[in-house]
Amino acid sequence: MQKTSSIVIIGGGVIGCALAYQLARRGVKDIVVLEKEYLTSGATGRCGAGVRQQWATETNCLLAKESVRMFENMNEELGYSKDIEFKQKGYLLLAYTDDQWNQFKKNVKLQKSLGIPVEMVKPQKAKEIVPHLNIEGLIGATYCGTDGHANPFHVTYAYAEAARKLGVKIETYTEVIGFEVEKGKIKKVKTNRGDIYAPIVVNCAGPHSGEIAKMAGEEIPIYPERHQALVTEPVESIQDPMVISFHHHIYCQQVPHGSFVMGMGDPNEPTSFNQKSSWQFLEEMAQKVVSILPPLKDIRVVRQWAGLYDMSPDANPVIDELASVKGFYTVAGFSGHGFMVAPITGVMVAQLILGEETSLPVHPFGLERFKRGEYLLEHSVV
Amino acid sequence: MDKEIFVCRCEDITLTQIKELISQGHRTIDEIKRVSRAGMGPCQGRTCRMLIAQELAKAYGVNVEEVLMPSFRPPVKPIKLGLLAGGE
Repeated sequence: MQKTSSIVIIGGGVIGCALAYQLARRGVKDIVVLEKEYLTSGATGRCGAGVRQQWATETNCLLAKESVRMFENMNEELGYSKDIEFKQKGYLLLAYTDDQWNQFKKNVKLQKSLGIPVEMVKPQKAKEIVPHLNIEGLIGATYCGTDGHANPFHVTYAYAEAARKLGVKIETYTEVIGFEVEKGKIKKVKTNRGDIYAPIVVNCAGPHSGEIAKMAGEEIPIYPERHQALVTEPVESIQDPMVISFHHHIYCQQVPHGSFVMGMGDPNEPTSFNQKSSWQFLEEMAQKVVSILPPLKDIRVVRQWAGLYDMSPDANPVIDELASVKGFYTVAGFSGHGFMVAPITGVMVAQLILGEETSLPVHPFGLERFKRGEYLLEHSVV
Repeated sequence: MDKEIFVCRCEDITLTQIKELISQGHRTIDEIKRVSRAGMGPCQGRTCRMLIAQELAKAYGVNVEEVLMPSFRPPVKPIKLGLLAGGE
């Protein structure tokens, strides 16, 4: 493995690979990506694969909107040899309480002001969009037709392939074990396969980013939290949009391959690195999804799995340089919506590191916000 | 000839495709599964897992038992959501 590098990126997930590509295409040489297992082995490869623009905060709406624009042309832009499987068949968000409905009204107003094509729909219209939806108890829904799905494995490989063509070295099965910091600046990354000198290090380690920052000597408020999902056998296409109910903490979509992918957030899930799947999830998920989308009762589950969200205190990412270690950046804490905003994040972080003007403001994602109590609270999280 | 040999019957992945993925640098069953869907179908790799392991062992010159196994994920057999929903 090489001994020196201009920029070391830690983490071979979608954020790290997108960033590597965006830096390389801006002319940066000698970029190294370190991944402790294989590409997509962490949170990226375990995510729900949804891409939505219907958020409650302006920052997330804009990140997602710009990313959707990039997903639309990604195969061509990256010259990918396969297909990222981007489909835009919408997201339908269900409201079961007045509080939720009122929050949705505010969200839609914000989303529309930002140019996101979203509409509020009555239960009957929601049923037209998803004919097998049980509308009992439903107050209304919001729908955005340009939301959708992409394949997280292929999006990551597309970025990695394009980055490699531009000279980026991707070192898999290479684990970071420490750093050397000199006079408040990052100097060296230590790995299980040798050390690399680098003036700039970017921590894209998702749920492990807290541990990585600690190795550099600083605590950052990013914690791992298990979320579970399952996938069914492929069946004929019957459901266009992703269906989300914040009331039931579930999401469910039919992917282009024909399988249904669904997941559930548990509000009582403790902070931990546990990513084993549980029986409780399987039963509860099945009960909830069968009550909302009854015909799914006849479809078979083939596999369940779990993954880790990289949670931050306000469910929004941290994009910042460490105060005490110059040259050490953190790009993590995406709290379950990192995949869908990865494309524009890669651009913004590359611009930030190179001292260029960023496409969207980066300062809202600074670490200082937690100290100042300026939380970017995002309610629309499963 | 290899083009006609199906390694993963659920997802229609041939021996040629598996060999290509290995030559592109994929080192484990897990990596091949994620890029190609081999092992993601209804049988969850019961048929293809060991066949892919054999190909990896040949390509890397190791014994089959040294090839890393992927996680074995529940359920063991495909099971209807309706049955799970009614489960106690």
